[in-house]
Amino acid sequence: MNSSRRRSRRAASLAPNYIILSLLVLFSLGPLLVMGFNSLKDNAEIARNPLGPPREGLNWENFPAAWEAGEYSVSLRNSAVIVAGTVVGVCLVAGMAAYALAKLDLPGADALTLYFLAGTSLPMQLFLVPLYFLWAKLGLVDNPLGLIIIYVALFSSFATFLLRSYMVAIPTDFEDAARIDGASDWQVFSRVIVPLTWPGFLTAGLVTGLWAWNEFLFAVTFLHKPEVMTVTISYYNFAGRYGRDWGLTSAASLIMILPVVVLFLSLQRQFIKGLTEGGLKT
Amino acid sequence: MTTQSHRNWKRVLTPWLFIAPILILNVVIILGPSLASVYYSLTDWSGVGRPTWIGLANFERILSDPVYHIALINNLKWTLIFLTVPVAMGLLGAALLAPIERGQMFFRVAYFIPYVIASVVNAQIWRSLLHPLKGIGPWLARHGIPFLNVAFLGKESTALYTVAFIDNWHWWGFLVVVYLAAMQSVSISLYEAARLDGASRWQEFWHVTLPGIRPTLVFTLLMTIIWSFLVFDYIYVLTEGGPAHASEVLATEVFNAAFGRFEVGYAAAVGLTMSLFCAVFVGIFVTLRRRGWEI
Repeated sequence: MNSSRRRSRRAASLAPNYIILSLLVLFSLGPLLVMGFNSLKDNAEIARNPLGPPREGLNWENFPAAWEAGEYSVSLRNSAVIVAGTVVGVCLVAGMAAYALAKLDLPGADALTLYFLAGTSLPMQLFLVPLYFLWAKLGLVDNPLGLIIIYVALFSSFATFLLRSYMVAIPTDFEDAARIDGASDWQVFSRVIVPLTWPGFLTAGLVTGLWAWNEFLFAVTFLHKPEVMTVTISYYNFAGRYGRDWGLTSAASLIMILPVVVLFLSLQRQFIKGLTEGGLKT
Repeated sequence: MTTQSHRNWKRVLTPWLFIAPILILNVVIILGPSLASVYYSLTDWSGVGRPTWIGLANFERILSDPVYHIALINNLKWTLIFLTVPVAMGLLGAALLAPIERGQMFFRVAYFIPYVIASVVNAQIWRSLLHPLKGIGPWLARHGIPFLNVAFLGKESTALYTVAFIDNWHWWGFLVVVYLAAMQSVSISLYEAARLDGASRWQEFWHVTLPGIRPTLVFTLLMTIIWSFLVFDYIYVLTEGGPAHASEVLATEVFNAAFGRFEVGYAAAVGLTMSLFCAVFVGIFVTLRRRGWEI
């Protein structure tokens, strides 16, 4: 009796919190909701009713039209290749670096850590322009591999710091036991350390995958030909051409963000942890 | 003897083999081109042919270039906006969310979602909403609320602030989550002591919560300053720095100079000044900290 009364008084005192927080949810998700509504209306209905849910029946035609006009069958495949290449590359490169920094006797490990830290806070505009002309010379412009290499270099420092914090927490007994059994350093890394720190690799992979999927500046600089474009670039070009067609762009937006939002909602703990640790950079 | 030295050699070499890939990538992608930027900034180069050495002429041009001045001032305005608006919203959201148990996860996720969506999509969502013929403005005007019927992105007086509003819309929720995590690690006994002293909610926030999350708060402010000097995506996608350079920032000026006007040497010089500004702010921060300022 007493405790329930206390609880209800507490709930009452939190009511203003809930009201303001709900208004903030409306601000945060309202525009996305409108986009979802408008993807299901034709343009005549959007003109009459730009914000509310569709009232004149569901119009699914925007989706196949957006799929065609946005050239998604090409750009989704390109983005998948670039995201997969980046995630694999980052996990490999950063995993090895983290292992060396955390577990091996590397002279100058502190200086290297400092160097990587400084490198992550350099503005991309400092190296973007010379890098473009270097890449053009090497035939890596308009080449998915060229962009993957750049992304791996850009995102590996963050992943190294993250993975290093996982690896230092592993007691040396595990490695020692494997070494006594005659394992080489590479075998210790791949068969002992990686399996024990896989949640770290999952977090690093999710975050770099998200960044690679959403990345704009380097993609717009290094990819020009339609057949190599990523979803961000084909969407950007598409929005430039069909920006006035609210229904069509809403459907195209949904196609592009659906994989991200579904993955985020199902693995939100890992995403939030990884992004709040590394995301202050971007 | 030889196997002994072979083994020693291997023990020294192995760590370097593991760190070699990241080092090589870093040198090729970041360090090398960054140093090349220093050289190009002293040349006149269109991107093809050989660069012509012109000394400090690019930097002299920066001092007198009106577009550079507009861009720099816009970066400073951007910094001020992002040091205040999203930080205040983030603190408000986190402070309101901290005492809540039921639904806390839902609110966190709801605020975070815009942050994981690509900038090009977020920009287009708002461009549609703010469309001068089809957006909310004209719709509200037809229903008797005329004062929002403005081409926010197309007017020189509002373009920069509108882009900042849209960028902030995707960013503030991230700060809620960061500040909430920090607030949850503040010791409960401090709050209990404050309550015993009869502190109001506001006093509690000001004297317990804020000092408790200070390291996180200061770090986000520092990152905000650095990142405000580098902002590119939302401005380029929404206005390309226009109309008439009204929303130009240094990063869009680098991009336009290099890939629009093919003034690669000048672009490198502008990029170099951006790095200098960032370095100065980090330097100020580190010095103040060394001097014993508790920030």
